[in-house]
This record gives sequence, C-alpha cells and structure tokens, in this order.
Amino acid sequence: MTDSDASGVGKPVGRRVFLGLVGLGAAGIVFGARVQDWLERTTAPVIDKAGGGIGSFLPLGRFRFYTVTGGFPHRDPSEYTLKVSGLVDRPFTLSYDQLLAMPPTTLKKDFQCVTGWRVLNVDWKGVKLADLLDRAGVKPNAKALRFTSFDGLYTESLTLDQARRDDVIVAYELENAPVSSDHGGPVRLYVAPMYGYKSCKWLDGIEVVDEVIPGYWENLGYDVDGWVGKSNGRDDDPTS
Amino acid sequence: MKDTRRFPRFDRVERTIHWSNATLFLILLFTGAALYVGPLSTFVGHRHAVKTVHVYAGLLLPIPVLLGLLLPAGRQFRRDLRRVNRWSDDDRRWWLPSFHKRAVLGKFNPGQKLNAIFIGASIVVMLATGSIMRWFEHFSDSQRTGATFVHDWTFLALCFVIAGHILFAFSDFDSLRSMVRGWVPEKWARQERPLWWAELDAAMSAGASGDVEAGADQRVGEAGIGAGEVAVGDAVHGGAPNGVGGREL
Repeated sequence: MTDSDASGVGKPVGRRVFLGLVGLGAAGIVFGARVQDWLERTTAPVIDKAGGGIGSFLPLGRFRFYTVTGGFPHRDPSEYTLKVSGLVDRPFTLSYDQLLAMPPTTLKKDFQCVTGWRVLNVDWKGVKLADLLDRAGVKPNAKALRFTSFDGLYTESLTLDQARRDDVIVAYELENAPVSSDHGGPVRLYVAPMYGYKSCKWLDGIEVVDEVIPGYWENLGYDVDGWVGKSNGRDDDPTS
Repeated sequence: MKDTRRFPRFDRVERTIHWSNATLFLILLFTGAALYVGPLSTFVGHRHAVKTVHVYAGLLLPIPVLLGLLLPAGRQFRRDLRRVNRWSDDDRRWWLPSFHKRAVLGKFNPGQKLNAIFIGASIVVMLATGSIMRWFEHFSDSQRTGATFVHDWTFLALCFVIAGHILFAFSDFDSLRSMVRGWVPEKWARQERPLWWAELDAAMSAGASGDVEAGADQRVGEAGIGAGEVAVGDAVHGGAPNGVGGREL
C-alpha cells in the first residue's frame, strides 16, 4: 500500500510524456512545412481535390472554402448572367449557355492560397478573359478591370496586361465538373499566377475602368498585384 | 458503515476546472470544425464570426488550469496532477491485455492519466500554433505552414481523444458522476482504485476526516474534501494528521 501514486513513488512518466508532446509540437512548427509538402505530394493521387468526402477531414491537398459574407451564395445556371461593361465599345451580358458556347480553354495548374494551403494540379476549364475583352472592344483609355461577385460584397481587380494573360480565365469547370457554389460557381475567375483571393468567386460583373480599384482583401492589406511567391511577403513556388 | 461511505474524489475547484475546460474544448472543436471541414464550413458560413469565437475561446483555454495551478484553492488539483505524473509498475503494465485486470490502481487509471497529460499538452500546443496562425505577420511562411500543420493534426487527434474520453466516461457511471457530485461510493473505490481506497480509508479511520461520511454529501466538495485530502497526504507520508507543513510534495 505504500506504492501510492501520490506518494512520490513511481516514475514521473506524466512529465516526460507532457514535455515530449510539447516538444513534438515545437518540432512540428519548425519542420511541419516540409512534412506537409511531402504528405501532399504523396497523397495527391488519392485525395478528392474539390474538397468533398472523407478527404474533407484531412488537412491535405484540398480546397478550403472561404466566403466574406455570412453564407455561400447560390445561383442556378439558368438564372446566371455575366455582364461586361465600362470603357468598352460593345458592352454585353452573357447567359451561362452563351459563355459555354465560346471557345474553351483548359488549364492544369496549382491553386495557392495566401494563408498557405495549396492544391496541386487542378483541372480548370473556362473562357479566356482576353477573349471576353476582345468581344467587348476595350477603349484606348482603359487601364484595368474591376470584378464584382453576386455575393454582393466581394470585389477584385486586375490590370489590363494581367487580364490578357493566357492563364487567366473565367472558369465554369473545376476538376471536370461544373464549378459548385462552394467553389464560387456557377462561374468564377481563375487567375493562375496569383494567390487565390485574386480569383473572384461567384463572378457576375466585369467592368473596364481607367485605373486599378483595389478589391475586398486588398483594402484589408493584401497586395494588389498578388503574384504567387512574389507578394504578400511569401516565397511559395510560382503556380504559373 | 463499512463499504457504504462516500469517498470524495473531486473537489469543487477541480470540477469547475474540468467543466470550464470541457466547455471551452467543445466550443473550440465545433468552431474549429466549422472553419476547417469543407462541407461543414459551407453549411455554417459566417466565417468571420466563427473565427472570432474560436480565437477568444482559444485565448481563454489555459485560464482554468492556470488558476488551478496558481490559486491556493487549487491545492487538491495540484495534488492530483502529481498523481497523474507518477506511474507505478502496475500503471505501466495496465496497458497489457494480459495484466489489465490484475493491475492495482491508485486514484486514476493510466488511461485517465494519459488523457489528462494529452489534454494538458494540447492546450500548450494549440495555443502556441493558434497564436502563430492568428498573428502570422510576425512569423515566416514556413513557421506559419508548420503551425497550421500541427494545429490541423492535433485537432484530429483531439477529436478522437475527447470522443474516447466521453465514451469511457459513460461506461463507468460512478466515475462520471464523481465529476458532477464530487464523490464515489466506497464500493467503487475499493474495487476499482484499491490503493486510493486504502489511503482514504486509513485517513478516515484515523478520524482526521470526520467531514467525510455517508450522508454528509452537502459538505463534500467543500471543506470536507480539502481536509480529507490533506489528511490523506499527511497520512501517506507519516506526518501529523492535521499538520500544515509537508503536504506540498
């Protein structure tokens, strides 16, 4: 009966395990980025990148869904319209079907969030932003674009030069399926070389303007030119 | 009277720490899940509000344990932490299926000890990594990714550990109720925790814990438990039953 656990007899296993776990946590802060990188490359073939199913519980290679409003806005493709306006010769409004009828472009590129997560080799399909601009006819004094979202709050911006890149599309397919409303569907922007916040979700308006108007997150401190690896103080590998 | 006494197990301070901790952990797990599990975050929405609740609950998380460690009223809490720290040979062999039933245990079984240690370490780790994620501008990308990595996987581990803790609690009602009302029936103590039963039995027989008797439950959890535990500690060390010194190990 002298072998009481309060009497000081017995080994201080508790303290050792406690310190071991805290040490493991500290090591994870230092080396976790490398482990995460390795894990994502290893599991990439079997993870549902779109972020559904059992994989949504694992912190690996999948999208995380952000919205700046209270909820995730939903708009049926049959009611969807995309308006192109501003400093253009021929402003127009496209239905979902009219957008899909335009010549498609596909991209297979990583999606990098400014908060750190990255989804590898995502399949995108949509229409080049440059094609939409050519269709509308941009006026000579135009300098930039302003994007609006039907969530009623989010806005984004690109310069005309950025917008005309081949890897900037108005996307309607992600991982070979229509872009779901979680992912910003039915239609969203995908700016491959820039951080995710530049890829405006729930896109419903493109306005051609004569100067860059910083978007939602840019007013809250993010860089207006959100190049992956060259902005926001980050050094990620380029995505495009 | 034999075998019908009420054995004080957790005093009011310990129960308050436990339930404040449990409340904060559940808030953190649910808000954390809403921020982290894709389908759930689209269902719950209101990301900014959820994040605010999560951050404040996280900052409050260490408070109950710290108060227990620092305030005079946390005496028995600190004594029990020392019990959690010390592992006897039987504690270690308890994990072997062949020995499990034969292990002679003290106040806590080794599973409860490990749970307490894991939860304690999690508080430190989650607070540190969560703070790096919240105030990321002061840290490098690599540290931020590393902190997120640790926070994510510790969250998953905590889901399992806490689910297990709750399941085991409901499989042992006397133990679970002692975290609500403070005491266990003597029969449970004698059968499940013989070493602890012997400590308390000796202390009670010595008359040092007159407060702790069958029927005196309204006093359990207040002075009764404190006095009982002090007496037990002293009895184990052979000190004076009502001595003041020597009980802080």
